[in-house]
This record gives sequence, structure tokens and C-alpha cells, in this order.
Amino acid sequence: MHAIEVKGLTKIYGKGHTEVVALADASLTVSPGELVAVIGPSGSGKTTMLTTIGLINEPTRGLVILDGITVVDGSWVPGLDLKRIRRERLGFIFQSYNLIPFLTAVENVIVALNLNGVRGKEARMRAVELLDKLFLGSRLKNYPTELSGGEAQRVAIARALANRPKVILADEPTAALDTDNGKNVMELLKKLAVEHNSAIMVVTHDSRMVEGFDRIFEVHDGRITHEPVRT
Amino acid sequence: MNLAVRDILRHRWRFIQTSVGLGLLIAVVMSMGGIYRGLIADATVALTSTGADLWIVQKDTEGPFAAASRLPEDAEYRIAAVPGIAQASGLSFQNMQVSRFGKPLRFFLVGYKLNGLGGPPVIVAGRGIRQQHYEMVVDKAMKIELGETLKLGLNHYTVVGITKGMASVAGDPFAYVTLANAQDIQFKTDNDAIRNSRARIAQKMSQVATLSPAQITQLTPLVTEIAVSTHMVNAVAATLAPGADLKEIQESIQRWNHYRAISTAEQEKILTSGMIQKSKMQLGLFRIILLTISAVIITLIIYTMTMEKTRVIATLKLIGSPNKVVAALILQQSLLIGLIAYVIGYVIVSATYDKFPRRVELVAFDLEALFAIVMIICVLSSLIGVRKALKVDASQALGG
Repeated sequence: MHAIEVKGLTKIYGKGHTEVVALADASLTVSPGELVAVIGPSGSGKTTMLTTIGLINEPTRGLVILDGITVVDGSWVPGLDLKRIRRERLGFIFQSYNLIPFLTAVENVIVALNLNGVRGKEARMRAVELLDKLFLGSRLKNYPTELSGGEAQRVAIARALANRPKVILADEPTAALDTDNGKNVMELLKKLAVEHNSAIMVVTHDSRMVEGFDRIFEVHDGRITHEPVRT
Repeated sequence: MNLAVRDILRHRWRFIQTSVGLGLLIAVVMSMGGIYRGLIADATVALTSTGADLWIVQKDTEGPFAAASRLPEDAEYRIAAVPGIAQASGLSFQNMQVSRFGKPLRFFLVGYKLNGLGGPPVIVAGRGIRQQHYEMVVDKAMKIELGETLKLGLNHYTVVGITKGMASVAGDPFAYVTLANAQDIQFKTDNDAIRNSRARIAQKMSQVATLSPAQITQLTPLVTEIAVSTHMVNAVAATLAPGADLKEIQESIQRWNHYRAISTAEQEKILTSGMIQKSKMQLGLFRIILLTISAVIITLIIYTMTMEKTRVIATLKLIGSPNKVVAALILQQSLLIGLIAYVIGYVIVSATYDKFPRRVELVAFDLEALFAIVMIICVLSSLIGVRKALKVDASQALGG
């Protein structure tokens, strides 16, 4: 079973002469433990792909199956609790980390666990364990403003992993980092994909950062223009 | 983990500053409520402390507090003789202003009979008046020491006792002297005035053809004495005997004695719905305006705070937060700001209410009602913020 299965995914903004095809007939699959990249220039539709797969943006048509659940079949499947699917089965990593500024590193991870009903000591234990794994054991009580870019992104990765999701979607996770930190984050993602058996889809415009990824999808004008390249 | 509390703790100084500002506003609203209650207390303290059931005043007047009233002193004996009256005492009231250490000193002077009604209800320092002349008891608010003397009218009076909590409708503290002294202060004229009066009476009598010069000489001092008599009171306070019918006694006094008999309940109504009505309305209006301002400020604060948290809210939504978590964050912060502001307001007023120039009475019901109003304002104010937060799109968390 694929962790992500996308068929004919299309997103069109506007109607008539204002119509813009942001994503056209995209199809791909990502297996558990696989690390894939979606690359392309700005405005090519890669973020649209991420937001439609991530249940943020409703597609115009197509099919999306996440961790065995059909979430899009033409449009969002009625009756599905999309927020619940997002918090239980998806993890998100952002370009500018998006840590909650008034929570410490450990609390930023705990908040994701709390949303999934994991509370108290268990939540704290799991959060500390995750941050330790990401070499942040000494930064648990630091606020986001007290962390370096690389550290903040590792906290964000820990938050994304907190609920052991089968799918992790990362939007330009290295854009705000220097090259070394960027490479470190990508290395970490590769490691975590295998360790957690999660499918990780990284959207980036920087092709230098995708070295060692399992497959790379290139998107231009809303279309996957090249067959996935296995690196 | 409570996100609202965490946010407040992280930005505690900002929250405290905001809450202090709002707390000051709430303190003003609270103190206005206290001033309003103080007005009513001041208006009725003379009535309640006297313990009278009836106030007998000059016919067709609403005296002695709301309008001028004059009765002969011996009216007291006629009232005391009415069946059903247990005790009757003449009382004199007057607003006074004297100069003390070059500064004006205002007070409300009460003249009472030493064994009658209307004396100081409590003595907190010194003693009550024991001598018929030249002793006085003053309210603590006058800030006069025991043993100090004040010149009132033609004579000096020594402060022998201090009472407290006694003020007039106008907020002036009470001072007490004996009725005889109060009559002197209020009605006694100086020697020049007496001479003038005597000359005027003699001149008027000389125009009466039937009076001989010898008769005029004999009559003038007698008539002058009556003309400058001080044996007047402003009201007679009376208590009823057990089982006496108030209405019946009122009607009897009004029919046979040609005075107006006002029950204490009626007197209270005259004072509260007449004399202080405009002040009450003014204070009420100010409170409404200030509460409206508070509501606007809370709304703006919550809205601004929500706007500042747009990205946080978008992130929370993106990682799957239910709407209730986001709404609770906004609502709880609004309620916490209101709660902290209320506590600050309460502390400020509690620490300062006895330093206000006028009586400020903090009544539990008023404080509870204000607390409820502040909380309702917080809930309503947060609705705009909650609406804005719920409209935030999860996709706003993406991008740089």
C-alpha cells in the first residue's frame, strides 16, 4: 500500500477568462519510508500540489489516497474530518518553521501531541525523547527566538513527527537556512523517513538540496514534466 | 497545556501593562458605583442615625434637608403630646463654612438636645457633648483634633468628641452642638443688628397714633425680644410608641397642628429621588460611557492580539487544531485580561476609597454585577477576534 497515491490531481483557480490551471493532471505515488522531492521554479504549482495533498486546498478534480484513506475523489470526500486526518496522519514542516512563539521547544512538540489526545507526562516524555533524538535535549526550555535556524527547524521536524504520521509534507524546509544547515536538515529527513517508515514529500525550488532523495518530481506550469528521477 | 495562559506568561509584561490600563478604567467605573452608593448613604445617614419615625416640618415644605423649614421650638411639646408619639425632639440643621488656617472649612451643623434625638450616633474619640454650651463633636472627615476650638457665630466652641461616617447630601461632614448653641449660631443677631431692630420697631410704633411715648418706650424692648428670638428649630424628629399607626399620626399632626409630618420612608424618597437624582443620573451615564469605552478597548486589544497571531492560528489549523481550540485561545485571553484588569481595579479602589473627598461605598452586589458585566464585555469583545481567527486559512502558515 502506498502512503500517498495521487491520480489526475487538478487545481484550477478562477473561471472563464480568469481561469488559471495551477496543477494539471498530476499523478504520483510515494511509498512508506520513501523520501521524494518536488522541484520547480516559483509559480510552477509545487506548493499547490502540497496543499491539495495536505488537505488544505480543495482540488478541482482527481483522486488522493493517504495512508489507505481516500480523501479526494473528484473533490474532498464528504463526511471526512479533514482536520482529524491532518493531525493524525499528516505532519507538516514549513519554510519559516512556524513554531508557536510563546511556547518552548518541548511545548511546541507537546501541543501537537495534545491535539491528538496525548496529554500530561506521556506527552512530555514523548516530546523529550523526540527532541533528544534530534540533538535538542539541551534546548527543551528555549523559546523559538532563542534557537538558531537549524535548531528551530529541527523542533519543527520533531513536531511534525510527534504523532507518528505516515505522511510528512515539507514546504521549502531549507529556504530559511544556510547551505550547511539546509543539508543537515535534508540528511535528517532522509534518516527519519527510513526510521519512522514515513513517506516524506519535500517541495523545494533548490535542486542542490535534493541530493540523495529517493525520487525527484519536476513540476513546470502545473504539470509534472519529467518522469521521476531516482537519484 | 493551556495556550492562552502560556501566551500570557510569555508576554506577561505586555499583558500586565494592558490590564493595568484597563484596570484603571474599571477602577473609575467601580469608584463611580461607590460614589453613587455613597451619595445615597450620605443622603440618608442623618435619617437613619437619628432613628426617628417621623419628621415634622413647616407646612407646605419638604424640609429640613431638601427645603428650608422653620418651626417654633415649643412645637416639640405639642408633637410629644400627640397620642402614639413616644419621643419628640427639636433639631436644627445648617450648612456652614468657616475659615480655618486660612482655608475654607465646610460642614453641616446639627443642633440637638442632649437627652433628645439626633445626636452623634457614635463617638470614636473623646466624648459626647455634656455641657449645654460651647462644646462640639465633629466628624473625623473634618480632620480637627480634640481640644481644638472653632469660632461659630459669635462664640468659640471646643471639640470634645469625634464621630465618623456622618455627611450631608452635599458630602459635607457633620458637626454637632447643643440645640441652644445651634439656635444662637443660626438665629442670634449681633448687638448692632439688635439696636437697629429696636430703633426700627420704635419708629414703626411711633406711627401708631394710639400709643403714647411712654407706652412705646415700654413696648419696644419686649417686641424686639420677640423679633430677635432664637427659639426656632428646623424640624422636630419623633419616634412612635409601639403599635402606633404612622398614617393616623401623620394625618392628626397635619390636621390639628398645621405642620407637615413626613415619615422616614417619605423623607428618604425626597432625598434620594429628588435631591440626588441628577447626580445619580450623571454618575450612571458616566458609568455607561466608561463601560462602553472599556468594551471598545477590550475589543481592539483582542482584535489586535488575534491579528498578531494570524500565523500561529494558521499553523494550529494546519496541524489539525479543531476550531474550539482556536476559539478558546482567543476567548480565554479576553477573559483573563478582563479578570486581571478587574482585580487591579478592585485593588486600586480598595486601597484608595477612604481617601476620596466624598464617601465611596463598595457594595458586594455592585462589585459582583460589575464583574459579571466585565466578563460579558470580554466574551462579546472576543467574538470579533474569534470570528477573525476562525476565518484564518491554514494555508497562511505556508510560505516565508
